[in-house]
Amino acid sequence: MNLLEVRNLKTYFSTTKGMLKAVDDVSFHLESGQALGLVGESGCGKTTSALSIARLLPKEGRIVGGEIFLDGHDVLLDSENELRKRRWRDVSIIFQGAMNALNPVLTVGEQIAEAIVLHERLSKEEALKKSQELLDLVEIPKERYKRYPHEFSGGMKQRAMIAMALACDPKLIIGDEPTTALDVMIQAQILNLLERLRRERSMGMILITHDLSILGETCDHIAVMYAGKIVETGTVTDIFEHARHPYTDRLIRCFPNIHGKKAIPEGIEGYPPNLLDPPAGCRFHPRCEYAFDRCRVEEPLTRHVGGEHTVACHLVEETR
Amino acid sequence: MREFLDQVKANKMALTGTIVLAFFVLTAIIGPFFFPFDVMEFGNVEDILQPPGPGHILGTDDMGRDVLGYLIAGSRVSLLVGALATLLCMVIGTVIGIVAGYSGKAVDNILMRITDFFLVIPWLPLMMVLAAILGTSIWNIILVIGVTSWAGTARVVRAQTLSVRERQFVERTVSIGAGSGHIMLYHILPNVFPLVFASTILVAAAAITSETTLSFLGMGDPAHASWGMMLHYAFETGATSTGAWWYFLPPGICVVAVVLAFTLMGYAFDEILNPKLKER
Repeated sequence: MNLLEVRNLKTYFSTTKGMLKAVDDVSFHLESGQALGLVGESGCGKTTSALSIARLLPKEGRIVGGEIFLDGHDVLLDSENELRKRRWRDVSIIFQGAMNALNPVLTVGEQIAEAIVLHERLSKEEALKKSQELLDLVEIPKERYKRYPHEFSGGMKQRAMIAMALACDPKLIIGDEPTTALDVMIQAQILNLLERLRRERSMGMILITHDLSILGETCDHIAVMYAGKIVETGTVTDIFEHARHPYTDRLIRCFPNIHGKKAIPEGIEGYPPNLLDPPAGCRFHPRCEYAFDRCRVEEPLTRHVGGEHTVACHLVEETR
Repeated sequence: MREFLDQVKANKMALTGTIVLAFFVLTAIIGPFFFPFDVMEFGNVEDILQPPGPGHILGTDDMGRDVLGYLIAGSRVSLLVGALATLLCMVIGTVIGIVAGYSGKAVDNILMRITDFFLVIPWLPLMMVLAAILGTSIWNIILVIGVTSWAGTARVVRAQTLSVRERQFVERTVSIGAGSGHIMLYHILPNVFPLVFASTILVAAAAITSETTLSFLGMGDPAHASWGMMLHYAFETGATSTGAWWYFLPPGICVVAVVLAFTLMGYAFDEILNPKLKER
């Protein structure tokens, strides 16, 4: 059974200028023990999708359609109260920018223990003890649980956030840009750590990033998002070696290749569209070098192109 | 914390204020053991309104009581009333400020309109009316001062809460499944506390002035000596017009010194906790 099943999710934000369709008809699924990478430019709806799964949207945001099943449980039917009880046991989140996600006036240990005390029948002392074990697990010396966040380095804070995410043995971990703002060495360490913990505890993981390169080693599947829609999904090989959507292709070419011939990475011209008024037809057409008439009027459907590889692009059909 | 103490030491205003206040607090605690005093114990007729001299360092009052002993006994009550009223006001102001700031919407609106009401109402007449209705005892004075002067604290706390509420760790705490009460108590309160502390010290200065004013106007507790009561009797018995300066000057100076000490500390702490105000 799938651990997570997202079907036709639509999350809109009401703004003073109208409805902003941050996530528009998005479907994906995740098997238990697997990792899914969600990739795309800033503002394409990656984080909004993730927050929808955790039902943590800011008050302007609303899920207007679709279904989300986590381990067979319909997440969208939960009341505020049930939601609070299930949080962190079902889905935990590693937040973007750990430096701000820790309370500066509480010790790191207290903050990890907080989640444990809220969900498990443990005393504060037992929870603090468990928080030490968790710190040990993420390779931070146990005795540092008494320290305050400002006494931790950036990488250590991120590790502490991971320890916190593991506190209640969640079924699914969402890493929202967990390595952004860390230097490359630390990035690699954090990703290895996440990978190891995920395998050891056979948790599902969604990794959100704008950096395709970090997904190759950590994920099983990749979903590429553009302007609130998923344009291509597939296994890592499907995406990296047989990308069918022009956007995925351009995204891959944005990174320098260390093998093969030396080439200057290309950018993608133009800007992501305004989601208050997205372009008609395929949302990528104004920036697409292959766009033809049909792309401007008709929205492409998502098609299977072999195995688990799906693409939403008219080109796939035309060239078949 | 140690850093904070070092900064207090380096700041002349804070240091002066702390030393003056510490002097008064110490006198209030140990003074009565050296200068025992009872308001109800009157002196001999020939001792009435004697100027300072041997035996009575600060002279005597209209009942032949020792002014120095009176002054020291009075400092106990004045400081106690000031401290407790401040504490009460701090609790009310902090709770209202945090709840209003964190809850937002209707709750915020209602609580802030109540705060505005207490902020603009002329506090002296309100206090006098309340004190008159509740009767004269030091507990009522504490209550009256506490419930009439929390509005400023509530405003300041609310403003800070609005800013802390938007920090990411609050979102994280929501995501681990914590309720509003938990977040306000464990995450917002510790983050707004330094500000509460700084603003409360200024409230303490006002509380002591209020106590003195109420007592001077005759709303005080006659069973307890306080600086305000001394001024009240000094005025009533005509000490001010007969030139018995040793009776009315010392309590006046004490009130001014303590209020000044609190004010200096308040401004200095504000400066220390709020680096933007630091002298360049």
